Amino acid sequence: MTETFYEVMRRQGISRRSFLKFCSLTAAALGLGPQFAGKIAHAMETKPRIPVLWLHGLECTCCSESFIRSAHPLAKDVILSMVSLDYDDTIMAASGHQAEAIVDEIVEKYKGNYLVAVEGNPPLNEDGMYCIIGGKPFVEQLRYATEHCKAIISWGSCASYGCVQAARPNPTRATPVHKVITGKPIIKVPGCPPIAEVMTAVITYLLTFEQIPELDRQGRPKMFYSQRIHDKCYRRPHFDAGQFVESWDDEGARKGYCLYKMGCKGPTTYNACSTIRWNEGTSFPIQAGHGCIGCSEDGFWDKGSWYARLTDIKQFGVEANADRIGGGLAAVVGSAVAVHAAVSAVKHKEHQEEKKGDE
Amino acid sequence: MSANVSNRHEESAVYVYQIPLRLWHWINALAVVVLVVTGYLIASPLSSVPGEASENFLMGYIRFTHFTAGYVLAIGFLFRIYWSIVGNALSREIFLPPVHRLDWWKGVLHEIRWYLFLTREPKTYLGHNPLATIAMHVMFVWGTVFMIVTGFALYGEGTGMGSWQYELFSAWVIPLFGQSQDVHTWHHLVMWYLVIFVIAHVYVAVREDIMSNQSVLSAMITGWRTFRKPGNPGAD
Ligand code: HEM
Ligand code: HEM
Ligand code: SF4
Repeated sequence: MTETFYEVMRRQGISRRSFLKFCSLTAAALGLGPQFAGKIAHAMETKPRIPVLWLHGLECTCCSESFIRSAHPLAKDVILSMVSLDYDDTIMAASGHQAEAIVDEIVEKYKGNYLVAVEGNPPLNEDGMYCIIGGKPFVEQLRYATEHCKAIISWGSCASYGCVQAARPNPTRATPVHKVITGKPIIKVPGCPPIAEVMTAVITYLLTFEQIPELDRQGRPKMFYSQRIHDKCYRRPHFDAGQFVESWDDEGARKGYCLYKMGCKGPTTYNACSTIRWNEGTSFPIQAGHGCIGCSEDGFWDKGSWYARLTDIKQFGVEANADRIGGGLAAVVGSAVAVHAAVSAVKHKEHQEEKKGDE
Repeated sequence: MSANVSNRHEESAVYVYQIPLRLWHWINALAVVVLVVTGYLIASPLSSVPGEASENFLMGYIRFTHFTAGYVLAIGFLFRIYWSIVGNALSREIFLPPVHRLDWWKGVLHEIRWYLFLTREPKTYLGHNPLATIAMHVMFVWGTVFMIVTGFALYGEGTGMGSWQYELFSAWVIPLFGQSQDVHTWHHLVMWYLVIFVIAHVYVAVREDIMSNQSVLSAMITGWRTFRKPGNPGAD
């Protein structure tokens, strides 16, 4: 009935040779052995293509921007051509009613057998009026499109966690996808944006194996999110040695010391930047001399300065870090103890003298 | 055995703290002090050291010391729980304060008055004074449980997925707090909670040793609680 992936690719003008190259590249990106290239090729030749609806809610399109800069042009072209066949507001050819009709068509025709990739998230305040797609709140499109889907990919920190539009005080009540849609498998691919190679690998995995990659407890594919930036950071030897950049432009900065004291969030951020890197493996923030800002972590906008190691705590009505709150309290208790000790000493002495007087 | 002894007691010395408990106390105290110092230095490291990275391992040693002391604290704590089962009745106090006993609550009230200088005569107790028991339970026991759980969750991040620390702690603790950075923040905050306990604890231990009618400091060293005026309850 429907075409296979392979047929689609050939129709898009991709040669058999390029197709096989794509299969081995993908196997490598997924960390699978070379024998898997054959498996991927076989799957793509025999399996009917799974349609993908790529929806956009409140977001900045940085995920799409990242995606189209994938280091393997082949992977990008292949996936993109497959995806754009269906629906993606920003890159599809169709527009207007014609475009919106595609969503209906896919939902009807492929019930239970298509993927929904979500970039951005739905704002829920004012019945979702802060994000309108085709005349309707985005949240309605999201609910409609995901009702019969096989699985959802939450692209980027917006879809996964909320990101900047959900930062305090979140006036539009922007809400991550998993809090709106329940009962569907959701793969979170956080990052602002996620790394292009991670995106292409995740979507290829889903399309070829028709199976969800192994996820951690927070729903992120383990193959890319199981380690922190800090675990594989090339500045790590300076961290262990105790050599830090103390201020921008100091000698340490020139020598490439660790950026921990400049607020680097590498030790608390799960992502693959320090291994895959960005822009075809050219660099990543720390390599460029700036600390990691933790963009693939939940609520990274609300943790205080990117340039401070200690997080700001807002829960207690004050904005201060753990040392200021805890240390402050300890100082109060310490002073109270000192005063108490002084009073005790006086009382004790009085008491002793009284007793002596009694004897 | 009752932990409270009325003011009218006959004996002048009672063996209260058995050797394992005393050993645990001092090992634990040392571990906590080391953890506080190294933990603080992990969050706010010392000034950079000169030379090549390969020649230095300062931060590495500080973290290693923290983790070693963390293991000592955790294993010690497990031992302490075991000891509360096999040890004497007093060894259970900090885990299960006798909240069902009215006279114990009266003791709490009395201690509050005593520390507010509203009472001139101290009471004597075989075990900890009731207010101290509350602090040891609420601040020490639960604070320590919290530090062990969050500490191992942070530790598991380094040992990685698949390690027992990760599977047993990090896997559920980190999502529970939101993300790793929040676990750091709480681990750090509760350090101050324990520091506050230690400040008050050490002060009170010294103060009671001087001002109450019973030995306190030496009790945690020799195990014997001695009462200053044997057979003579004092001036009340
Ligand atoms: C120089 C420092 C310290 C001194 C002089 C000291 C002294 C004492 C003394 C005299 C007692 C017995 C109190 C009583 O008889 O009622 C005691 C009990 C206790 N101390 Fe300390 N202590 C010190 C440090 C610490 C530290 C750092 C901790 C841990 C945070 C700690 C935790 C405890 C606990 C939990 C008990 C109850 C023991 C039990 O029933 O198992 N102490 N301490
Ligand atoms: C009384 C108990 C403890 C105290 C006072 C303490 C204190 C601290 C402090 C202040 C930090 C820095 C947090 C920050 O990033 O702001 C820290 C980090 C850490 N602690 Fe503890 N800690 C204790 C127990 C433990 C235990 C039992 C373990 C388990 C082995 C542990 C493992 C860690 C780890 C892995 C880190 C992170 C190190 C890093 O980021 O390089 N801690 N601790
Ligand atoms: S620069 Fe950041 S990620 Fe790299 S070692 Fe230092 S703290 Fe860790």
